[in-house]
Amino acid sequence: MKLPKLNSITALVLKRTGLGLVTLLVISLLIFVGVEALPGDLAQAVLGQSATPETVEAFRKELKLDLPAHVRYFTWLGAFVKGDFGNSLANRRPVADLIGWRFVNTLFLAAVTALVAVPVAVLLGILAALYRNTLFDKLISMVTLSTISFPEFFVAYILIALLSVQVAVFPSIANINPQMNLWQKLYAICLPCLTLALVVIAHMMRQTRAAIINILSSPFIEMANLKGLRRLRVVVRHAFPNALSPVINVIALNLAYLVVGVVIVEVVFVYPGLGQLLVDSVSKRDIPVVQASGLIFAATYVLLNMLADVLSIASNPRLRNPR
Amino acid sequence: MIAALKLLRSAPFSARLGLGMVLVTLLAAILAPVIAPYGETEVSGDVWLQASKDHFIGTDNLGRDLFSRLLFGARNTIAIAFVITALSFVAGVIWGFLAATVGGWMDQLLSRCVDIMMAFPTLIFALMVLSVVGTSIPALVVVIALLDSTRVFRLARAVAMDIEVMEFVEAARLRGEGLWWLMRHEILPNAMPPLVAEFGLRFCFVFLFIAALSFLGLGIQPPTADWGSMVRENAGAITFGIYTPLWPAAAIAFLTVGVNLIVDWFLYIASGLED
Repeated sequence: MKLPKLNSITALVLKRTGLGLVTLLVISLLIFVGVEALPGDLAQAVLGQSATPETVEAFRKELKLDLPAHVRYFTWLGAFVKGDFGNSLANRRPVADLIGWRFVNTLFLAAVTALVAVPVAVLLGILAALYRNTLFDKLISMVTLSTISFPEFFVAYILIALLSVQVAVFPSIANINPQMNLWQKLYAICLPCLTLALVVIAHMMRQTRAAIINILSSPFIEMANLKGLRRLRVVVRHAFPNALSPVINVIALNLAYLVVGVVIVEVVFVYPGLGQLLVDSVSKRDIPVVQASGLIFAATYVLLNMLADVLSIASNPRLRNPR
Repeated sequence: MIAALKLLRSAPFSARLGLGMVLVTLLAAILAPVIAPYGETEVSGDVWLQASKDHFIGTDNLGRDLFSRLLFGARNTIAIAFVITALSFVAGVIWGFLAATVGGWMDQLLSRCVDIMMAFPTLIFALMVLSVVGTSIPALVVVIALLDSTRVFRLARAVAMDIEVMEFVEAARLRGEGLWWLMRHEILPNAMPPLVAEFGLRFCFVFLFIAALSFLGLGIQPPTADWGSMVRENAGAITFGIYTPLWPAAAIAFLTVGVNLIVDWFLYIASGLED
């Protein structure tokens, strides 16, 4: 039986999805092994020094730590896929309850940041590439280099100092709850959004600028200029379509970074998101929560990287049909 | 030596600025026990005092002199970051060169392993491992070195592959030189420039990473002075309009901007652009 011939893009997407799933599987294995097979008996660590051997044994039985490792792994994975993440060690509630709304909050923050940061960064990158080596470009380069070098919490605290303490415009603690409407939520997350956006814009702008400069020095652009085409037409119709592929790649990669950078910002602004939960659970050694949130973060990261891969290949006709 | 001095003279202003910033911080770190007016954990005044002639920049949340803690923090954080970068470099370079020189299945195996490890967001991975193993300094060093060596592996492998196809390597092989000799005497000297630039960049990232982990409370534990945890301890002051946490955070930014300026200059030289 002959299989129907797959369109090249579909084949590409399927291949990358398969690769992504395999990576996720290995990551879940790593998470499981990393947490359960490292030195430091889990039950002992959680119950502390004063626990009697009987309590430790009972606790191990409850966490099913006495079963062999591979059985535990598959039970955990099976339950995870069904949405049952186990119970938190700190307060005995199902982990899924804790994670669900927090994940939505984190996604909200990341989405708003991305919506703000991406257009600004791409625009600035294009402008800087067009006017390279002018004062504008040098100034922007300096500012972005500094912003990249700053730790996120530095930017965060400076913004708090300027916009929340000195001028009292924005709240320094971004607390949102379901009762707020959209505008109130947006107001509350202004500062964390700004912090993340500044760092992401800095990264994206530099990479966009580099990509566009690369393209502007190609022979076909020189040809278009020699032909006497207007500058705008050269940029929009000749340079930009070629720049799509690397720029999309840059955007998707930075979105992946956003997912991680959001952890620090959430801690600084005490934003009720998944990042804060992860950090709290790590200090409390609440292993089920750490495992579940870690896996969710990793999955989002892998997904975004995969998307970057697929999109950047799909937007470049030369790569779509390799010969 | 002469070549290095000539290179320095041709450096643009930004690179010299960066060099100056890094040197200042290094000097502060090395001379900390000598120039610090107070001890690392010595309580010498009231909480959150302003700058005065007793306390150069003021005090922190427990009344310890901020300036002395900044100096000792430089020492601790730079030392640990350096050890981690050196370790990750040794591991990454050895594996990268091995993958490039031996090739075949070893290359495939190592590359796939590194791909999987790089698919993991570093902060999350570090947080998870630290939650189990605890936040001791050796654990911190091993975890971050392991995670960072993946990036070094990529670069070392790419560079070694470029060098490995050259005639002098082939000649050395035909002479009967062993694998280790090849890596050490043929490939390594030729791979130095990009590796040195990468070392600087990696040091920067490791430094920021340690600061971030300490800020989250999972890195270097108090009372050891460390810039990241100093930001965390003094964070509460901001809401009262006391800008104490900005000092250690600014110190972190100061060092990383300096290193970034130098690395930018290195990359500019290496790329040979006429830009």
